[in-house]
Amino acid sequence: MGLSKDSTGIKAAGTELIICKAKEEDRVVALAGNPNVGKSTVFNELTGMHQHTGNWPGKTVTNAQGHCVFQNQGYVMVDLPGCYSLMAHSAEEEVARDFICFGGSDAAIVVCDATCLERNLNLVLQTLELAPKALVCVNLMDEAKRRKISVDLKALSTLLGVPVIGASARSRRGLGRLMAAVKDVAESPAPERAPLVTYSPPTEKALALLCPAVREACGDSIPARWLSLKLLEGDRTLLASAEKHLGFSLSSQPLIAEALEEARSLLQQAQFSPEQLQDDMVSSIVRRAEEIAAATVVTEKENYRARDQKIDQILTSKLFGFPLMLLALLAIFWLTISGANYPSQLLSTALFWVGEQLRRFLSTVHTAPWLIGLLVDGMYRTLAWVVSVMLPPMAIFFPLFTLLEDLGYLPRVAFNLDKCFQKCGACGKQALTTCMGFGCNAAGVVGCRIIDSPRERLIAMLTNSFVPCNGRFPTLIALSSMFFLGVAGGLRASLLSALSLLAMILLGIFMTFAVSKFLSKTLLKGVPSSFTLELPPYRRPQVGKVIVRSIFDRTLFVLGRAVTVAIPAGLIIWIMANVTINGATLLAHCSGFLDPFARVFGMDGVILLAFLLGFPANEIVVPIILMAYLAQGSLVEMSDLASLKLLLVENGWTWVTAACTILFSLMHWPCSTTCLTIRKESQSWKWTAAAFLIPTACGLFLCFLVATGARLAGVA
Amino acid sequence: MRSLNTLKKGETGVVQNLGAAGAIRRRLQDIGLIPGTQVQCLGVSPMGDPAAYFIRGAVIALRGEDAAGVFLE
Repeated sequence: MGLSKDSTGIKAAGTELIICKAKEEDRVVALAGNPNVGKSTVFNELTGMHQHTGNWPGKTVTNAQGHCVFQNQGYVMVDLPGCYSLMAHSAEEEVARDFICFGGSDAAIVVCDATCLERNLNLVLQTLELAPKALVCVNLMDEAKRRKISVDLKALSTLLGVPVIGASARSRRGLGRLMAAVKDVAESPAPERAPLVTYSPPTEKALALLCPAVREACGDSIPARWLSLKLLEGDRTLLASAEKHLGFSLSSQPLIAEALEEARSLLQQAQFSPEQLQDDMVSSIVRRAEEIAAATVVTEKENYRARDQKIDQILTSKLFGFPLMLLALLAIFWLTISGANYPSQLLSTALFWVGEQLRRFLSTVHTAPWLIGLLVDGMYRTLAWVVSVMLPPMAIFFPLFTLLEDLGYLPRVAFNLDKCFQKCGACGKQALTTCMGFGCNAAGVVGCRIIDSPRERLIAMLTNSFVPCNGRFPTLIALSSMFFLGVAGGLRASLLSALSLLAMILLGIFMTFAVSKFLSKTLLKGVPSSFTLELPPYRRPQVGKVIVRSIFDRTLFVLGRAVTVAIPAGLIIWIMANVTINGATLLAHCSGFLDPFARVFGMDGVILLAFLLGFPANEIVVPIILMAYLAQGSLVEMSDLASLKLLLVENGWTWVTAACTILFSLMHWPCSTTCLTIRKESQSWKWTAAAFLIPTACGLFLCFLVATGARLAGVA
Repeated sequence: MRSLNTLKKGETGVVQNLGAAGAIRRRLQDIGLIPGTQVQCLGVSPMGDPAAYFIRGAVIALRGEDAAGVFLE
């Protein structure tokens, strides 16, 4: 649920990385690292930015850049997507590799997890092979200390031949030293380093042949030993990037072509197949990482993961795994609903009082009545609705969900649910992108980049909007508590509300599975591909920070977006309700036009119109419905759900109308931002149209079933 | 020959070689599954697949189908 100013909306879909320097002499620093090592925390603490962080692999799927000043020198920090390797098999690895290699950075920091150094060293060694100016930041030193793991940073630095800085980025420790080291590395020329990894004799012999020729042709712009390896391996995507960077074709250089020919025949003579060469390249690095870790890491406690294992055994057990997932969701919903109720009422009373004062003030300064209507009844009132309905639930839901994220629970959810996705021909990581969808579907769609197989990625993108985003939660909560649970309040009612919301979410998740399965049997035929999912160590969330961050970065941001859409929408609705053609308002014309169609699906013209006008942001659907009903005559004072229900019932709502509106809210076209994001990510209008049509068709079908069923049964 | 997917919860094995080719092979090697690597099975997911393994200090989940291509000594 990576929701922040930079990770939602259209900005999130940018793939091209353009470095924005504040001053010409600013230095560029690349931040690389495995997923989930606190790289984004380092980035945030250094730049004062709020890139979203969470304890699960693949949080940062796009490049983020920020600015920081250290000792009067400006630095542009580039937060690269987390990856385990640079041997590019996925989009994010390619992005990270190409930036480190050709991005023109003055230094590259590889951030490591001190509690899991050996695994991280794989990427460190690969990065050091291709980046001449690099340093290592061993993060999470506090966590390691807690687990009684000690890392000999000095020895590590000697073995790697680069500066190594220990840090605990969450509490800002070590970051000053890190920047001092960055300054050193960035300002001094690239040091000569002995090769870090020694490959097997045939590979080394081939390298010895090829290296001088490559160095001769390319100079120092790309490390010769590394480029030679890639030439031997025949890594096409990398070579294409390298040639673009160099400005000439490598194989057309006679010196290189000749040496390459010779090196290849040498390998052939040694009966070293291309596959063996690849194995050698990967496993030599893994072995070297093992050696270095053995020489620098001491674990005092034999089983330092005992606590995590115990928690895992419960959270992923046959008996408790699924019940606990449901319970966690239910608890979050219940806290959200019961906690939001009272502040919502308070806010709406306050905001409507302000509205009345505004109206009074405007009439005392002799504003034209139509202008007062437009400003107060049109724009201000829609705005007040959006704020009072949305702000409280979001302010509770977001921090709670963030806590769960920080703890490291989401990858366990993916682990538990993987079999279901497997059966549907999809990837288990889709569980993660689905969870992101709870925050914002556009962010969820961007998150799909963590899925390697293009087929499975498309499935995840097309089904993301089956889970309601935060803009739709208030609608679902309000309608279900009005029509199905009574508005009496109290523990029982709030628990019932939470349960019904959970039921809706489960329906959404069921539809995700059903549609994924349908897609992988029809439009996106294929078998599930392999995948690996890391289950990171649990971490103690920083409660205070989580609350502040999620309120400022997520809640206010989402609210801001809703507000910017609500004001013009309120304006349009007011104009439509007040401009009369042939004796009826424009609104009546439009909703009347839609009405017969909407009735088939158990709704009415106004509801459908609200969904259409809510295309830019789902948050405003209910406010538009209310505005439209209010504008058509009855002037009810709205302060609580009971009077709201009265207004809806006066306009012909029954429980069937509510059920169909809920269903359609859960399943209709994704908002405009999500659609544009899908277009950007899939590079295809065809798939965007599919993403638009599939949920809409599902929603209309279910609404039709409910409406017709109720009609036939005579209950509506 | 035993495969990784036959390891029961708590059992440990040592990788002998990989049966997979191409990208999957790369991915498995990248997470450290090379000959001689010790792997412990930590448990299976509630629905029986995937399973979680302790590999070189990290916990990684693998689907049965992929683990079947990792042969043990």
